[in-house]
Amino acid sequence: MVLSEPRAMAKHIEPGMRVALPVDYAGVSMAMTRPIIEHGAGNLDLVCVPTGGLQVDQLVGAGLVRTVETSAVSLGEAGGAPRFNAAVKEGAVRLKDATCPAIHAGLMAAQKGSPFMPLRGLIGTDLLRHRDDWRVVDNPLADGGDPIVLIPAIKPDVTIFHVPMADRFGNVWIGRRRELAAMAYASRTVLVTVERIVDENLLADEMSAAGVLPALYVTAVARAPKGAWPYGLWGEYPADSGEIARYAKAARTADGFSAYMGQAQMESA
Amino acid sequence: MAEVLPREVLICTIARLLDGVRHVAVGASSPIPAAGAMLLRAMKEAEGAVGPRISILGSVEHNFFTNGSAELFDCAGQGRIDAFFLGGGQIDGFGNVNLVGAGDYPRSSVRWPGSFGSAYLYFVVPRVILFREEHTPRVFVEKVDFISAPGVSPDGVFRSGGPIALLTGKGLFRFDKTRPGFELESVHPGHDLAEIKEATGFRFAHDAEPRQTALPDRTTLDLLRGRVFDDLAETYPEFAGQMRRELGTVDA
Repeated sequence: MVLSEPRAMAKHIEPGMRVALPVDYAGVSMAMTRPIIEHGAGNLDLVCVPTGGLQVDQLVGAGLVRTVETSAVSLGEAGGAPRFNAAVKEGAVRLKDATCPAIHAGLMAAQKGSPFMPLRGLIGTDLLRHRDDWRVVDNPLADGGDPIVLIPAIKPDVTIFHVPMADRFGNVWIGRRRELAAMAYASRTVLVTVERIVDENLLADEMSAAGVLPALYVTAVARAPKGAWPYGLWGEYPADSGEIARYAKAARTADGFSAYMGQAQMESA
Repeated sequence: MAEVLPREVLICTIARLLDGVRHVAVGASSPIPAAGAMLLRAMKEAEGAVGPRISILGSVEHNFFTNGSAELFDCAGQGRIDAFFLGGGQIDGFGNVNLVGAGDYPRSSVRWPGSFGSAYLYFVVPRVILFREEHTPRVFVEKVDFISAPGVSPDGVFRSGGPIALLTGKGLFRFDKTRPGFELESVHPGHDLAEIKEATGFRFAHDAEPRQTALPDRTTLDLLRGRVFDDLAETYPEFAGQMRRELGTVDA
């Protein structure tokens, strides 16, 4: 593990990479959004685990995104994701619409080193009809029939998230947000921003060890206080709904989006 | 007795539809379904019975899962979630739900957030209640533009769950999966059959003179306006506050 800072971490992202990002409330590294945009690597294939919001909308608005694989993209109470929705309308991003457990299943397959994971549901949906990478097979353990969908392993190049703390050995505290571990297991590179870096080894105490993603899976950690803002961070601070609403309003137009993103104040006051 | 607000009718109807469930999951932005579940819990506990377990998704305080956002779906797959609510930008007469967008996919003229977990939960949660307050022909269409989750599945497709009812701001429908289709069960106070026909883009079965949706009795209403709105305020403060303001106007 390398102790880094957000700008240096963004350099891990190369054009055309597959990048996994967590759901709003799991720990979104908003602190990495600006450095990723400044770094400018484009043609990204985003994987939202299992849904996306502000960060996805901003990366799409910045023109860095080729594909969005997701179960949903929205700004929650602030409404639809304006730049994502505009890009969909213009055909500027390719969609891989999914359903939440299919994204989890794909990561689970990668976690186990398996080529796919079977998943119930989905048969008869237009999601399945539009996904040429998903396959339907008859359950080989049944006496015939029983179609089931196979979801291929999702193996992101990079996973990026934000959590309360890491220790100086690179162990990262993810608490009960186990999807962050699933993303990390499946990914080649894992970039983590944290509120703080602590001296004691988080694996030394069984109570904290249970919620730790070991340094084995972590490529780099950077300190970024209020790094999820304007999203909240579990156990730390609530979402700044006023700021998210301000973004939602500004980003209704491409010009408004540029003006918002151009502002110097991109961190919590 | 004070007037019953339209949303109180919805909440009490949801509590009735949920009767008997052990575990119900509701979305963090679904205060009316959550209130219905909380009302049922309060009614059961008032009788000395055990109320349903309520999982509020996306809530930090009311989340007892420890295995990340995958656990809800795993839990449903194991048969541990009895009831769930689905809305939808479009719902058609076959119980198909569209959460993706209007117009030709993928370049939808109106894009909605996406299917979330519907393409799985609709198949494996036994009692799915379709809930959409807005009752207009743009929501209740003859055929959805995109099937996020189908109302019924062909024989041979694993299906332990599906829709049982559709509740709107105007009425309550039951879903008959053998036809398949909806049947109008009751009309909320202040609405009538002609109005519902006008506002519904699909055909549905109905009695010549459908009955009115049952109103809550005094005990239920007291429980709702007391304990349930208190419980609700912890997770949905804005909604609870709005309901109490409206009740203040009614009582005054």
